[in-house]
Amino acid sequence: MNRISTLLTGVMLAFSNSAIATTAAERSDLNLRPGVSDISLEVYDLHMLMFWICVVIGVLVFGVMFYSMVMHRKSTGAKPANFHENVKVEVLWTIIPFVILIAMAWPAATTLIAMEDTSEADVTILVTGSQWKWHYKYQDNPDVEFFSLLATQQEQINNKFTKGENYLLEVDRPLVIPTGKKVRFLITSDDVIHSWWVPDFAIKKDANPGFINEAWTNVNEPGIYRGQCAELCGKDHGFMPIVVIAKGPAEYSTWLQEQETAAIRANEEEQRLLAMNMSMDELMTQGKKVYDTACVACHQANGGGLPPMFPALKGSKIAMEKQNIPVHIDYIINGKNNMPAFGKQLTMSEIAAVVTYERNAWGNNTGDMVQAKDVNLMINGK
Amino acid sequence: MSTETVNEAHDSDDGHDAHHEHHIPKGLLRWLFTTNHKDIGTLYLWFAFIMFLIGGAMAMVIRAELFQPGLQIVDPHFFNQMTTVHGLIMVFGAVMPAFTGLANWLVPMMIGAPDMALPRMNNWSFWILPFAFLILLSSLFMDGGGPAFGWTFYAPLSTQYSGDSTALFVFSVHIMGISSIMGAINVVVTILNMRAPGMTYMKMPLFVWTWLITAFLLIAVMPVLAGAVTMVLTDKFFGTSFFDAAGGGDPVMFQHIFWFFGHPEVYIMILPAFGIISAIVPTFSRKKLFGYASMVYATASIALLSFIVWAHHMFTTGMPVAAEMFFMFATMLISVPTGVKVFNWVATMWRGSLTFEVPMMFAIAFIVLFTIGGLSGLMLAITPADFQYHDTYFVVAHFHYVLVTGAVFSIMAAVYYWLPKWTGKMFDITLGKWHFWCSLISVNLLFFPMHFVGLAGMPRRIPDYALQFADINKWVSIGGFAFGLSQLIFLVLIIKACRKIGEPVSDQVWEGAEGLEWEIPSPAPYHTFETPPFIK
Amino acid sequence: MSKQSESKHTTEKSSAAFESERASDVQIPKTRAQMAAENAKTAKKLVFVVIGMLGFSFALVPLYDVFCDLTGINGKPSNEAAVYESVVIDESRTVKVEFITRTHSGMAWEFEARTADIRLHPGEMGEVEFYVRNPSDRDIIAQAIPSISPGTAALYVNKTECFCFKHQPLKAGEEALMPMKFYVDPQLPKDITVLTLQYTLYDISATVKPAAVVAMNNS
Repeated sequence: MNRISTLLTGVMLAFSNSAIATTAAERSDLNLRPGVSDISLEVYDLHMLMFWICVVIGVLVFGVMFYSMVMHRKSTGAKPANFHENVKVEVLWTIIPFVILIAMAWPAATTLIAMEDTSEADVTILVTGSQWKWHYKYQDNPDVEFFSLLATQQEQINNKFTKGENYLLEVDRPLVIPTGKKVRFLITSDDVIHSWWVPDFAIKKDANPGFINEAWTNVNEPGIYRGQCAELCGKDHGFMPIVVIAKGPAEYSTWLQEQETAAIRANEEEQRLLAMNMSMDELMTQGKKVYDTACVACHQANGGGLPPMFPALKGSKIAMEKQNIPVHIDYIINGKNNMPAFGKQLTMSEIAAVVTYERNAWGNNTGDMVQAKDVNLMINGK
Repeated sequence: MSTETVNEAHDSDDGHDAHHEHHIPKGLLRWLFTTNHKDIGTLYLWFAFIMFLIGGAMAMVIRAELFQPGLQIVDPHFFNQMTTVHGLIMVFGAVMPAFTGLANWLVPMMIGAPDMALPRMNNWSFWILPFAFLILLSSLFMDGGGPAFGWTFYAPLSTQYSGDSTALFVFSVHIMGISSIMGAINVVVTILNMRAPGMTYMKMPLFVWTWLITAFLLIAVMPVLAGAVTMVLTDKFFGTSFFDAAGGGDPVMFQHIFWFFGHPEVYIMILPAFGIISAIVPTFSRKKLFGYASMVYATASIALLSFIVWAHHMFTTGMPVAAEMFFMFATMLISVPTGVKVFNWVATMWRGSLTFEVPMMFAIAFIVLFTIGGLSGLMLAITPADFQYHDTYFVVAHFHYVLVTGAVFSIMAAVYYWLPKWTGKMFDITLGKWHFWCSLISVNLLFFPMHFVGLAGMPRRIPDYALQFADINKWVSIGGFAFGLSQLIFLVLIIKACRKIGEPVSDQVWEGAEGLEWEIPSPAPYHTFETPPFIK
Repeated sequence: MSKQSESKHTTEKSSAAFESERASDVQIPKTRAQMAAENAKTAKKLVFVVIGMLGFSFALVPLYDVFCDLTGINGKPSNEAAVYESVVIDESRTVKVEFITRTHSGMAWEFEARTADIRLHPGEMGEVEFYVRNPSDRDIIAQAIPSISPGTAALYVNKTECFCFKHQPLKAGEEALMPMKFYVDPQLPKDITVLTLQYTLYDISATVKPAAVVAMNNS
């Protein structure tokens, strides 16, 4: 039994140290992060208050019990007392916890109400979860929208490369928000239930397919904040992180403008690619790049897949037979069974490249080439 | 409480007794056709123990994969199958059947009944159980693997995005449900109708009381689980859209229905534990249980409250503030009767004459560790903080404290407490102590640090994690392996006990043990209380 | 047989003994047969409870809808057309209504609201048009699913006309404008100033009756 009390003391020390040492944005490996918004600080305080109340209750109850275990042992000649009922005591230890509970409920309710501030926000961002990535759309700047995927290399996950500092917590395109402004997140999903969680903002909201949820934050300090999907959403649930960069308002608007120009340029580039044919080499190089980010987790680097849940592409009918080219493209655009739809995530030239790649890699040497305009025909009917 | 001299009556009718013994079939058939509550109790307990080892083996796979960051042993899809089936097996295959086994052995002996009220149904309710788990386990070997959507099988992951093995999963849950319902009906009927003369409700041992209330909970919520899995089945295979937004359904409704079952289920797995601890603590304190009546009322109020707190599992799904407040307050309220129980146990020990035999060691560990689980539960009730805790390892730590160091420890305490009565021989005490200390240390190494990784931000149900969680996960895994190995000590001890190796024990077994089951001979004869005892 | 009668005999003997000894303070012990009948009766009652609870689990589906209508859990607006009659316009405040259009994974249509958001007084009629185009080479039937945030606001959004009330078929390459008319109930809680109305389009061609597809192809 002593071991437990030693353990408890150790834990209490760990907690009190971290409580003193943590500044606002510092990451603790043992405790909740205080976070970077007023609400997250409130939640942190609430958590610590609850924690200490629980510690005190624990120490009192276990203290009495351990005292009894030491003092009332038969081996030291203790004779059992006769009492086994006392209504007054029973009433007392029903009422005292009740009072403690009310003391706990009060600050909890206040924080909860503050979290549901529905006043108008400065920035609204539509967050859409899908297997296994996040999509962000700036509602006030409709041109700015992008997918955010895990950026950690497969080789790191498979222990072939050394793991980087932000292993599994890094994405190709982070979400960017301004500091000092109310940012509202509208959260929804394209397939199963996901949950958008950024601990530093104290936001965790489920993304329910067909339904919309709301959360907001007002970040005090610029910085990079990392989170993860928190609801089991299938095979790669552990591999869909969230990265949010908070920038000062001026920097933020510069970034936003850049994104808008980039979006226009990307659109022009897409149009240009539609008008021309890429060579086999270009398609294969581009295709491998796309395959390694979008397809490799299920269909594997050697195209062998993980059958039967994730079929092999190597030697498959869809990827080998000429008449199946439209089917092949359609699966990538619209998804099929367990396979998610990539029509919104990949550009038309990327889809063309990856289809070509899959038809020519791993000994699938069909020689088939698919161009962006073929994909355009399927997506836009023109 | 005292009884008439039952044993004398029994002994004087020697011919009659021998007649019965003569009719016990030998070998496998005995176990297959038995309607004897003691045989069926033994079957349930062995089944639960085997399931505990299988589910534990799956936990070992999980902990091996999580030993260090990166994917080493299994792929993420198989990892999800492991977490899912581990959960299902431990809940429906280990904890619940173990409690049913204890009820079978003990309830008739404690209330002075000759057997369970519906002996043939009793046989059925056990024997369909192995098939349920054979089906569930065989689904792991199907094309596409077994269920991989968590034991909570949230739609639409379990409907539109699951493999064909979902049908097997649903079928096996149906069988488990039918088995538990039959078991529960049997317990209720036994307790209501078969009590010995003079055994009034307020004289029943607390184990009987807690099981009566548990059985009512089972009867109330297992059909709801059956309904939920049926809806998943029809959504997946027959084109209904209970949980599909496209057809006018609502995936969040699944969670409401599931947790309407799920929260009472949590208490199904802990109320009998309260009964066990309330039997063991007075024995080794040599003092009557403090506040018997308040224990009964507390159990009943926990059971009632368990029906109105389900949505505290769903705070992040997006609920109106008013609903969040209601479920937060209702959940906090449960800690009041739970607290009363803990206080009563401590008051029972207070100024007693304590000794620390193996069952008492487990009981004390239960009180401390279950209370830690209860306190973290209280923290989880606070909605704004729950947004941070939800679906992290903090929750994993919480429910393993209440289920492993709570329910499972209480089952082990019960086995150590009543085993000498069942076999007539004292178990190997040295092994028992080894089992206790190894389990206690390793289980805390396993689950305590999980609180910290959870708070630091590690989500549950992930096969790989960020580097800052690596150190703690390593220790957790070591704790896990150690806890797994410690259970092999228990296996050896049980096998020795079943082969009747050990010192013979007296009828009372433990100094200070009170109740009808301690007044019959050790080992308990095949038939007991054929003539009802009279309780003054 | 002999075993049964013998044990019955013993029970009867002992019950007689009990009766004679303390007939006054004990219930009379029953025979095995009586006991079994009584147990079966109690078990039967419990089976009814089980069946009742199974029924209840399915009744939870409509009950959940009622519960949602009462509390606004999950932001499900009413699926029936409201009537705009003698509604008092609350000119003291304006509410911003935002529209979000999405197509579900694998749904090929283009879908957008012609107006991103409008501001209106509670009680005032608003009208928004939604543009849809089916760029694919097959006929598709769509169903729009609405969702409102904050959830409680769903109780106060009254739609008099909406494309989401019924299936929307479009032939390959077809496009259309779909209207939606609504007003916000003046009872809307004062603290709600912005509300978001999201429509998600689902491809339900595979699940609706083939008859509908045939009708669509003939039209």
